Amino acid sequence: MQLEFRSSKDFWSGVMLIAVGAAAILIARNYTFGNALRMGPGYFPSVLGGLLVLFGIYLVAVGLRRHDKIEGRWSLRALIVLPLSLTLFGLLMERAGFVPALLVLIVGSASAGSEFKLLEVLALAAGLTAMAVVLFVWAIGLPYPLFVGW
Amino acid sequence: MELFEHLSFGFGVAFSLQNLMYCAIGVSVGTLIGVLPGIGPLATIAMLLPITFNVAPVGAMIMLAGIYYGAQYGGSTTAILVNLPGETSAVVTCLDGYQMARQGRAGPALAIAAIGSFAAGTFGTLLIALAGPPLAGLALKFGAPEYFSLMLMGLVAAAVLAQGDMVKSLAMVAMGLLLGIVGTDVNSGVQRFAFGINELTDGIGFIVLAVGVFAIGEIVANLGDPEERRVFTDKVKNLMPTRADLKASIGPITRGTLLGSFFGVLPGTGPSIASFSSYMLEKKLAKDPSRFGRGAIEGVAGPESANNADAQTKFIPMLTLGLPASGVMALMLGALTIQGIQPGPEVMTTRPELFWGLIASMWIGNALLVVLNLPMIGLWVKLLKVPYRFLFPAIMAFSAIGVYSVNNSSFEIYLTAIFGVVGFVWIKLGCSPAPMLLGFVLGPMMEEHLRRAMLMSRGDASVFLTRPISLAFLIATVVILITMIAPAVRARRAEISD
Repeated sequence: MQLEFRSSKDFWSGVMLIAVGAAAILIARNYTFGNALRMGPGYFPSVLGGLLVLFGIYLVAVGLRRHDKIEGRWSLRALIVLPLSLTLFGLLMERAGFVPALLVLIVGSASAGSEFKLLEVLALAAGLTAMAVVLFVWAIGLPYPLFVGW
Repeated sequence: MELFEHLSFGFGVAFSLQNLMYCAIGVSVGTLIGVLPGIGPLATIAMLLPITFNVAPVGAMIMLAGIYYGAQYGGSTTAILVNLPGETSAVVTCLDGYQMARQGRAGPALAIAAIGSFAAGTFGTLLIALAGPPLAGLALKFGAPEYFSLMLMGLVAAAVLAQGDMVKSLAMVAMGLLLGIVGTDVNSGVQRFAFGINELTDGIGFIVLAVGVFAIGEIVANLGDPEERRVFTDKVKNLMPTRADLKASIGPITRGTLLGSFFGVLPGTGPSIASFSSYMLEKKLAKDPSRFGRGAIEGVAGPESANNADAQTKFIPMLTLGLPASGVMALMLGALTIQGIQPGPEVMTTRPELFWGLIASMWIGNALLVVLNLPMIGLWVKLLKVPYRFLFPAIMAFSAIGVYSVNNSSFEIYLTAIFGVVGFVWIKLGCSPAPMLLGFVLGPMMEEHLRRAMLMSRGDASVFLTRPISLAFLIATVVILITMIAPAVRARRAEISD
């Protein structure tokens, strides 16, 4: 028995689908299932959850036999940095204002790339932020304060 | 002729100064993102959707549509000049277009691509105008069972005809349907999968999901596997194709247009299938097939016409039946809903200015694209040199502003971040997210129609089989499934996705 399935696309797709499907069925047990005539709120999600589990089982079986490797790298850095930058943007929009939130988002995102030159990134952030202020706040009129409590 | 009345009414709408401006903005943005690799029409439309909220529905749809078909034009430009398909639909154009460019014939290649696309766009526009009213008339007779079966057919067809693994695509449709359930159930008022989170009672935001998966998820994937870009900047001189070029292209353009229009109406077949089929057809018909791959102009004319015809006719099921045939169409449907317009056959009669104005604008947009792309080719080539390290922070910024502006909600930003991670995992596992988006958009409607149909028939599921139109859709669904499982078709699909 080889352990090749550990990098199989199909195997992990199946696992993901089974997990989501099973969770959906479990949660939907709290909702009325009803019957075919009067379907309760739990009917549709339970059926869909069941479908996902079936698809998942099939894919796990395929993944154990066929070896279709996950390609490329996992880009762990981008996977952490980009969502984090977005989260910071969300936090700062309410607490610090449009300009700081956007600056942090752009500089933060840029640091996910492989080439990071500080001066270049700062110039990019300043340029993009200025453009966004003109376009979104002044021209389109989105009601965001540029700075909060400064 | 009623057709001309409708069309002239449409042109009246589309030729208003405002709508012309939206059309011009749309096709320019479309060409831009078509030229830039790493960002497609799906992500762009998702990002820019919120900005269109303040615009009247007609203008908003005209602009979004322009982005979509403009991207097809832009994609072919980079395919020809730098052997790099800006969009997946232009992959085939690289084969002969780039060879033509290397032989110093970039000008004629670009010109033929533009002429072919314009011819196809014109035909597509006419086809929508012709096929729209009868289709919508038919759809007005649909009841809940017919709609449920139609949606089922659309979703299954979209999943099995789309590129990539069929089982995974079907599973992703189910995933989308499930995500569409989140929120308050309209029938019982029960909150489903909301986990007590206030912001989720109205469901997952459509834009949150689309931007998260298609913009953020894509960027993460791109940063992991940076693609190499060899920018080949030769001066484009002498745009005019020769008389022989034109003569050689008429046949391929005609056949490509017809082929593309056929594939366009089918759900799930992206423009790449249309352009690939056209290329294979031209190669088969050619007296000397060995010329293909070495700069045959037919290999540019056919596929370029096909992908544009496909892009245009994709609007037919969306506008007349409210059935999105691709991820981009799902976004357009979402845009309509957000504008307070219930998509479906009624749109044509209740909002004629929207339907006919949009159609007329597509023809104007196609004409604008010829002007934009040929004389201004140098400008677009320069844009190609913008490195990705400048591009992706800009996409992040636009995405964030776009999502935030929908409800001024930070929660939706956090949710977008989560879907970015989820979308990346899906891409890595080969689970293509486009079918998921179709399921998500149709999910709530499908459940509603299913429940209504069952109430109507007093719980008897045979209602789907005894009503003829519904039965026809179900038979079509089964036929599609069976033909796709057939080994010959499977092999061909594998060939296309390579």
